[in-house]
Amino acid sequence: MTSPANLKYTSSHEWAKLEADGTVTIGITDHAQEALGDIVFLELPDAGRTLKAGEECAVVESVKAASDIYAPIAGEVIEANQAAVDAPESVNQDAYGTWLFKLKPANAADLDKLLDAAAYEKVASEG
Amino acid sequence: MANRTPLYEAHVAAGAKIVDFAGWEMPINYGSQIEEHHQVRRDAGMFDVSHMRAVDVAGKDAQAYLRRLVANDVAKLTLPGKALYSCMLKEDGGVIDDLIIYFFTPERYRVVVNAGTADKDLAWMRAQAAGFAVTVGDRPELAMIAVQGPQARERFWTAFPVARAQTVLLQPFQAAEWDGWLVARTGYTGEDGFEITLPAADAIEVWDKLKAAGIAPIGLGARDTLRLEAGMNLYGQDMDESQNPLESGLTWTVDFKDAGRDFIGRKALEALKPTRQFLGLLLLDRGVLRAHQKVVTAKGDGETTSGSFAPTLDKSIALARVPVGVAIGDIVEVEVRDKRLKAKVVKPSFARNGKSLIQE
Repeated sequence: MTSPANLKYTSSHEWAKLEADGTVTIGITDHAQEALGDIVFLELPDAGRTLKAGEECAVVESVKAASDIYAPIAGEVIEANQAAVDAPESVNQDAYGTWLFKLKPANAADLDKLLDAAAYEKVASEG
Repeated sequence: MANRTPLYEAHVAAGAKIVDFAGWEMPINYGSQIEEHHQVRRDAGMFDVSHMRAVDVAGKDAQAYLRRLVANDVAKLTLPGKALYSCMLKEDGGVIDDLIIYFFTPERYRVVVNAGTADKDLAWMRAQAAGFAVTVGDRPELAMIAVQGPQARERFWTAFPVARAQTVLLQPFQAAEWDGWLVARTGYTGEDGFEITLPAADAIEVWDKLKAAGIAPIGLGARDTLRLEAGMNLYGQDMDESQNPLESGLTWTVDFKDAGRDFIGRKALEALKPTRQFLGLLLLDRGVLRAHQKVVTAKGDGETTSGSFAPTLDKSIALARVPVGVAIGDIVEVEVRDKRLKAKVVKPSFARNGKSLIQE
């Protein structure tokens, strides 16, 4: 699957999307869900938690393994996606349509430091 | 250079995700591991287990040799084709491997050992053969396909009508041998089915015929969750050379009855007073149990040896080695990352024959 051009990416396989209201939604890439296999459990950060860029803040568990999720940018957690917690397989079905948590960014310009789709695909293809 | 089974190309063509398993390039899944798991519990699936090693033990002393070599007693095998599960132990009682032995005559047996331990096992088996009139013959040229699930036997007969007469009367843990094939009513899933050992040259054709009969290819990922639900031990994870069978849930496989039988490891096991026992855990909190997590009980700490999400139960389960005194029904805590999750102690058999065995 091609990585959507309107998202930003990390080399640890998260995506970040700047929403119209200035918040940022975060999920894992299609490459990440493919590598993990059937996802059965999500542990997401509580609303109100302040995250530093690169901080471990969530866990995605597949049948196979547990994988840490890192905050792509700094900010305050506004909401965790309860629908995804209730149906973790939705991450497998639509990795880019299933956000995990929503941040109020400390500085929206931090998004510019992340990878664009082309740069991420290069990272993903290198394993 | 990794080893490949005769079915490697078929796995790749079927879209398998290939991983390294004990030095073999094996399919972990062909899409969804959970779907494959359900396919076996509900219908029929097949596994390439050609990486496992067949070893033929033959000669005048074959029975006497095996009665010394392994902890279970092959003397109880009298019906040709009958199979026995056993551990092969070191003198100190540590488990070298777990294996299946098929009996044909007191002078001829087939032993099937794990892929990851095959070379070590063969070296040990040959070293122990000194003084016995036996040959220990490695059969790496054989392929093995396991067909498992409630519909597996019927589908196998649909694909190979001639085999029906040979196998329809087989009881569990019994095998039939003809034309270079060995078909056994055994498995590693908790479902009915057969394990078929056949010449590698026939493997692709047989695989394709089984597939055409509606038996879906299943990867090693689902094989692991199926065996875990069935409460079957995995060598290298639930027990190894540093553990003995009496503290690994395998006491039932050690046969002390014949006091005159001096099997390797017997003295050590007889001197042992087990302080730990092997039980199942059912996670009550949300999360997923994994191997090597600390289990906190009122009787002291234990450790999970295998753990995963159990698709049949839609819950997480584990096998664990815990202190003697912990009882079925106890609530214990498992350390998962920075949390302690509650789990219930259960018999280490979670699901078989399509159904959950856990009473809520």
